Amino acid sequence: MKLSKIFLSLLVAVSMGNVVQAQLKLNGAGATFPYVIYSKWFDVYSKDNGVQFNYQSIGSGGGIKQTIEGTVDFGATDGPMSNDQLKEAKEKQGSDVLHIPTVMGAVVITYNLQEAGKDLHLSPDVLAQIYLGQITKWNDEQIAKINSGKKLPDKSIIVVHRSDGSGTTNIFTDYLTKVSKTWAVNIGKGTSVNWPVGLGGKGNEGVAGLVKQSDGSIGYVELAYAVKNGLPYAVLQNKVGKFVDASFESVSAAAAGALENMPEDLRVSITNANGNESYPISGFTWLLIYKNMKDKSKAQEIVKFLKWAMNEGQSYAKDLYYAPLPKEVIALCQKKIESIQTK
Amino acid sequence: MESVLITRNTFKASKGRLQNPGDFLFKNLTRFFAALILVLVVLMAYEMMRTSALSWNKFGFNFFIRSVWDPVQDEYGALPFIYGTLVSSLLSLIIAVPLSLGIAVFLTEVAPRWLERPVSFFVEMLAGIPSIVYGVWGFFVMVPWLRSTVEPFISKYLGFIPLFRGAPYGVGMLAAGIILSIMILPIIASISRDVLKAVPRSQTEASLALGSTRWQATRIALAYSRSGIFGAVVLGLGRAIGETMAVTMVIGNRPTISASLFEPGYTMASVLANEFTEATSEMYISALVEIALTLFIITIIINSFARLLIWSVTSNERAQKA
Repeated sequence: MKLSKIFLSLLVAVSMGNVVQAQLKLNGAGATFPYVIYSKWFDVYSKDNGVQFNYQSIGSGGGIKQTIEGTVDFGATDGPMSNDQLKEAKEKQGSDVLHIPTVMGAVVITYNLQEAGKDLHLSPDVLAQIYLGQITKWNDEQIAKINSGKKLPDKSIIVVHRSDGSGTTNIFTDYLTKVSKTWAVNIGKGTSVNWPVGLGGKGNEGVAGLVKQSDGSIGYVELAYAVKNGLPYAVLQNKVGKFVDASFESVSAAAAGALENMPEDLRVSITNANGNESYPISGFTWLLIYKNMKDKSKAQEIVKFLKWAMNEGQSYAKDLYYAPLPKEVIALCQKKIESIQTK
Repeated sequence: MESVLITRNTFKASKGRLQNPGDFLFKNLTRFFAALILVLVVLMAYEMMRTSALSWNKFGFNFFIRSVWDPVQDEYGALPFIYGTLVSSLLSLIIAVPLSLGIAVFLTEVAPRWLERPVSFFVEMLAGIPSIVYGVWGFFVMVPWLRSTVEPFISKYLGFIPLFRGAPYGVGMLAAGIILSIMILPIIASISRDVLKAVPRSQTEASLALGSTRWQATRIALAYSRSGIFGAVVLGLGRAIGETMAVTMVIGNRPTISASLFEPGYTMASVLANEFTEATSEMYISALVEIALTLFIITIIINSFARLLIWSVTSNERAQKA
């Protein structure tokens, strides 16, 4: 009697499982940086709407590749696709790929210099010269000039960068390319570059670990990672000359500051953005959506989800250490979302 | 009874009559499994050659002697990675071989029974630890220790040698060599121990009876088993060359060639682990695959060289015996 009851309930459970499986399932792959908020979104959203998401954080490069090959329903990336990649995707999938910004992140400069204490000031020029290997000592007068009142020791600067290909490096080198001619000519921007100096650490934790261990070191990590782990980070001088601390507000301000130069397709780098309060090394992370999806029922669900992400979804950002999109950008995104063909 | 059975079976087989279907299946199934390995290796080599063709066509042989690695400009050369792999592996052998031979000799010749068992157990346990654990330990414990204590000490007293010059970063070639030596030590030690144990008791007893000391008897045992020990060393070298995670965490990941062991370096396995996921341009992927192919070829060369050496040593012995 008891056994048959268990059996019956098992049967019911299995058949209900089948019902769940019959629900729409959306597959996505790409950037690791927004993984935390995406999984929160997918979790909350699928509870209320019954759509299942399967997101694999394999890295931006992989997300772009899979979007081009059409093996996923949507991709995600920290660096926008190039024109060539967009063309290739159009040829292979017969649809334009839209870039929809979802949240924002920033890269901060963390350092280990007991003598200097907190809030070390750095200017774009000084930062570029440090990473070019042209400024090698902490007591260099160019650093001293913008840090009056701070004790700067006669120590060598140990430069640390990411060794693995990453969107963080992409944003950071994009910034250096904008603020330094020498950098732009000799190094350029990318997920991995030919670093003139420094040690390579694997992942945010690798860079942070090396910086924590080495006296006199400097490195770059994601803002979210630095905040979560209580790392000290430098105050950066922005485009208008103001020294700005990295915060959710100053990152969102960078997006607002970049608004006037926002291209129609929203593929934009917002490093070194205009605006008094803008933090200069900020960036979007995008979802890559097919404008004309073959499976229209999936397209409808994606549109519904994106609209939700632009409204309710944004409220989850700060708790998870992402900067939410400013209103003006959300308005632009909504226009983009409307253009997705659902019929 | 047994012998009768065997003759009957061989008789049947030699006459080419119906074989036992079980035997037939067994023979061909195992043959198939063995062939599978060969096919797999060939397929891998083919696939890597196909994917790396783009990079090979552009850089040709220069790929192996160029030192530039610039994904932005799509300019690639493998020399610093080849150098890093070879030097870090060699360094690890220099540290690990004497240590593990010492352990093996101690366990077979010197240690009392009650000590031999637990020590052997711990040595073998070292081999089972995942490499990421070594990496984390290396990064958080060994590297700071190298930076604050070992490297300053060495450069103070041996700094006049170019090998030990430069700033003590902690991470670098030396750290990679040390972590690798710890990782390959259990393999070399446990195989050497087995090989030394296989030395006939009569050999040792004979030399002892002739009045040789413990040390002299051990030397004879070592000479007797040198090909086996060499095999153990090559197996260790194989692991050192292919090791990825632990090395990536402590080597500093900088594609330069430098005389100093304190300076950071880079290995072939590390650059693959670091850059493959985010490689987007065709040429970039192609260059990375060519590095994989290079690693593949170097492993094959070293292994066949080792086979050859073992073979020549053993065939010499056979000739002497005859």
